[in-house]
Amino acid sequence: MNLGSSVEIITEWDIVAARQLGRNEAKQVGFGTVDQARITTAISELARNIYLYAGKGKIEIERISEAGLVGIKIIASDEGPGIPDLRKVMEDGFTTSGGLGAGMPGVKRLMDEFKVISEVGEGTTIITTKWLH
Amino acid sequence: MNKLMVESINEYMDEIIERWTTRMKEEKGERFFHFMPDHLVDKTSREFAELMTSNIRETSSIDSDKINEFTEKIVRFGWAIKFVNKAIDNFSNVVFELLEEKDVITDENLRRFIVLFSSWINPLRESIIDAYSTEWERTVSLQKIALQELSASLIPVFEKISVMPLVGTIDTERAKLIMENLLEGVVSQRAEVVLLDITGVPVVDTMVAHHIIQAADAVRLVGAKCMLVGIRPEIAQTIVALGINLNEFTTKSTLQRGMQAALGMTNREIVEVNGQ
Ligand SMILES: Nc1ncnc2c1ncn2[C@@H]1O[C@H](COP(=O)(O)OP(=O)(O)OP(=O)(O)O)[C@@H](O)[C@H]1O
Ligand SMILES: [Mg+2]
Repeated sequence: MNLGSSVEIITEWDIVAARQLGRNEAKQVGFGTVDQARITTAISELARNIYLYAGKGKIEIERISEAGLVGIKIIASDEGPGIPDLRKVMEDGFTTSGGLGAGMPGVKRLMDEFKVISEVGEGTTIITTKWLH
Repeated sequence: MNKLMVESINEYMDEIIERWTTRMKEEKGERFFHFMPDHLVDKTSREFAELMTSNIRETSSIDSDKINEFTEKIVRFGWAIKFVNKAIDNFSNVVFELLEEKDVITDENLRRFIVLFSSWINPLRESIIDAYSTEWERTVSLQKIALQELSASLIPVFEKISVMPLVGTIDTERAKLIMENLLEGVVSQRAEVVLLDITGVPVVDTMVAHHIIQAADAVRLVGAKCMLVGIRPEIAQTIVALGINLNEFTTKSTLQRGMQAALGMTNREIVEVNGQ
């Protein structure tokens, strides 16, 4: 069973909308306050990266269940410039925008599963999952 | 025939409203007709019906004041624009069906009635949707202003100690404002310790953290110390997971603890005085 919804990221306020949606879904799945904060923060990072680096894109949020486990899956996709060096962006402190460079590695630590698919000139898709333990 | 239509509609008004309300209750995704008190639903329905029939005579044109007044109300009730559109459709359908049932509309005059209906409904729909979106834009811009007014002021609490309570989402624009108010306030209030209270900030992501770190650095440059307070347990955990280093900061879980620490940093303490 897959239940999903999505938010287009175009303006800075869409980041807030995506977060809100994520928080609601996380609540419905049954995540506690701490995991809700983790999921919301991860969405915030991915949505802001879309806004900053790709200009526009989409955050999809799905409730998932698999082998008796339930969880939440976030898909962040854009058709922006893509990421040339995937290993580098996963290093703490790597940034091309004068940020903290903590977003990508942070999301990986906040969530349970994390996958980046990116091609230069084509865009970036990030799929990340959190299971309810 | 126009007259006939006006008279019939007036005659069957109660029934029209009743049928329309029933139909609106069946529409999905709108809570208005289910959760509002009956008298309010009734009043709003009547107003809507009145509005819908106000321009039906050729001589009477659309009353824009009335439309504005009504749309202001439904925007406040939270009607979606789709729902407003549906309301208009349903109203025109109900009237049409009823007039057919009462043999006002017959096979012979059907064509003329169709023309009459569209010249009645279309301009009305346009004006209502137009007023609706204007009202909606106005509401949004008012809320934006309200949000900006919420932004960040630095409050002198004790001599040398000031607090900035942050409430709500921090976007780039607000972050700039926070920085300005902070620096200006520290200087004018001669603060030595500034407490940034993030109890009311729903999400602390890397951008917010970055702004907080920059603000603290700037405060240090003008010779004061910055303390981060109101860090909820779940926020503390996400900050750690993000790998953000707040070691250079004094952090306290609550404003109260922060205040005690700030008094300590300025060589003071709160003592209880025995009552006399
Ligand atoms: N969707 C994307 N499209 C293209 N490049 C991206 C995308 N997401 C991230 N990047 C690149 O990866 C780098 C690291 O991203 P990360 O989120 O870790 O740090 P940051 O955004 O620079 O700073 P912050 O700590 O504020 O998140 C970015 O600076 C950017 O160059
Ligand atoms: Mg980032």
